[in-house]
Amino acid sequence: MTTISSYRPRKGRNVELVLLLLAVAIVLLAYLNVGLAVNDAFPPGLLTHGLGLLVIALAFHLLLRWRASYADPLLLPIVTLLNGLGLVMIYRLDLAHGRDLAQGLALKQLTWSALAVAIAAVVLVVLRDHRQLRRYTYTAAAVGFALLVLPLVPGLGRTVYGSRIWIGLGPFSFQPGEVAKIVLAVFFAGYLVQTRDALSLAGRKVLGLTLPRARDLGPILVAWLASVGVLVFEKDLGSSLLFFGLFVAMLYVATERKSWIAIGLLLFCGGAYVAYLLFGHVQQRVLLWLHTFSPEALHVSDQLARGLMGMANGGLLGTGLGRGRPDLTYFAESDFIVPSFGEEIGLFGLFALFMLYVLLVERGMRTALGVRDGFGKLLAAGLSFSVALQCFVVVGGVTRVIPLTGLTMPFLSYGGSSLLANWSLVALLLRISDHARRPVPEPGEAGPTSTGEARTEVVRMR
Amino acid sequence: MSELTLTIIRFGLLVLLWVFVFSVVGVLRGDIYGTRVVPRSPQRRDRRADRTAQRTAQRPDERGADRPAPAPRQRRRDTSRVPTSLTVVEGPLRGTSLPLRDAGVLIGRNPECALVLDDDYASGRHARIYRGDDGWYVEDLGSTNGTYLGSHRLTAAQRVEAGSVLRIGKTAVELRK
Repeated sequence: MTTISSYRPRKGRNVELVLLLLAVAIVLLAYLNVGLAVNDAFPPGLLTHGLGLLVIALAFHLLLRWRASYADPLLLPIVTLLNGLGLVMIYRLDLAHGRDLAQGLALKQLTWSALAVAIAAVVLVVLRDHRQLRRYTYTAAAVGFALLVLPLVPGLGRTVYGSRIWIGLGPFSFQPGEVAKIVLAVFFAGYLVQTRDALSLAGRKVLGLTLPRARDLGPILVAWLASVGVLVFEKDLGSSLLFFGLFVAMLYVATERKSWIAIGLLLFCGGAYVAYLLFGHVQQRVLLWLHTFSPEALHVSDQLARGLMGMANGGLLGTGLGRGRPDLTYFAESDFIVPSFGEEIGLFGLFALFMLYVLLVERGMRTALGVRDGFGKLLAAGLSFSVALQCFVVVGGVTRVIPLTGLTMPFLSYGGSSLLANWSLVALLLRISDHARRPVPEPGEAGPTSTGEARTEVVRMR
Repeated sequence: MSELTLTIIRFGLLVLLWVFVFSVVGVLRGDIYGTRVVPRSPQRRDRRADRTAQRTAQRPDERGADRPAPAPRQRRRDTSRVPTSLTVVEGPLRGTSLPLRDAGVLIGRNPECALVLDDDYASGRHARIYRGDDGWYVEDLGSTNGTYLGSHRLTAAQRVEAGSVLRIGKTAVELRK
């Protein structure tokens, strides 16, 4: 018994511009802070780098005005701020390691950021309607699974610190799992929007949960086997959890059945436990997780312990950018960028960063609610959930909630593949949100008789 | 650079980070988009609407050209017969009232419609009421089961006045001043 009326949404492009300028200002202040704290002088490239970041951000903003004027106004400022702060932290670690700007990682990361923004812009321009992606459902499946197994190909895959989730082509190395995340989300969305009716048919009710019939368990078992395969052969719990969690979450969104979550969690825990019993490298990860400060664990790796000590050193307000020693931890600029921030901007600042991720995911979910087609709903929900889950896996790993894995923090961490994939992901979300917020044209707007007397025409749908 | 400046910058950064977070949240508050759902209490029933509906339902054929003069109270109300709102007088949504907006009112089962009907006999976009040159018109949007003005099934856009009753599936909608 409700009446529903539509709001005419505001475009919010001016709000986006203001927030974008604020984001760039915060990044520049952080950059200034690093320069002053480390070298006691204004950083030499403050003006040029600031202008560079501003130009990149404004170019993307103008593109949105041109091509997706109803897109969500909050996504771009949030990811710009996260990307910029990641750059500042990487620059700060470059200074600590004695690398100057030309050979440091910060410049590489800045180049990757520019490339990632360019690719995101191409995605936004080429993809006029996210529903086009639905046509490539099974292509996406093939590409996604190919990307997943790519690191296992002999000669191509590289084992980096135990995990085989990298591929190397000459001097370039790439983590295909990051791209696979988006491609598989497209596949899951296209597949589930077709099959969700079959999957949500009533089954028996046990303990308040409606269980699916045994024959409907096929897809979740296939996804589970794939994720266990990733865990066993690529030795990476994070990727495994990310893909399986993405599938289960999208299954839940598609069918509204809580029993899928229960079944998924049980399957994953069971699989992970069996893998723990069978494989030495999993046992090592668990040892590092549960007994981080024991002599046996420190003998294997003291990375996690150092990260924790760093965060403890930072405390509530942090040591200030440039005043801590995050460089003591290995991979302080990629896997351990969260402890690096925790040490230098403290819990207070770290929670601001986490809030930014929460808001990013919330905008994605809101887009999923607002968009009118089922495929777009599932895709937006899946993409934003994958960001949330990835943040959980990374932050949970460095704070000893779950075993540590080799995933990167979206936008913050150093890494080209991660930046490319996540900027494209945001471009997809922007495109879907543009559709979600764009008002539906009223029928027969032209006049009273337009629908009655108009000739039947062949309409091209795209 | 003095330690004091550095401390100010350091805390300023933290404060600005949270200012950013809160301005984003502030935009969220002002940026609600999509549809607004207004719950309608089932107890509140518009008795006058019921009576009018019964009257018009009992005498559907009196809506022709030579109908007898309506009751005096009715006549006074009909001096200007331009409707300003519509009220559901029959069906599950009885009592719901909507203003007629210049953008037009869309009726159907689609959640995008201004009046969303929960009725198996209604189409997604069933009918539309819009402002024409000399008053309000109703138009059937190619619905399966048709839109009835009184007992007459609409085939083309037709002018409506205050007091007209539209019938869509199990729902009757009256236009009011």
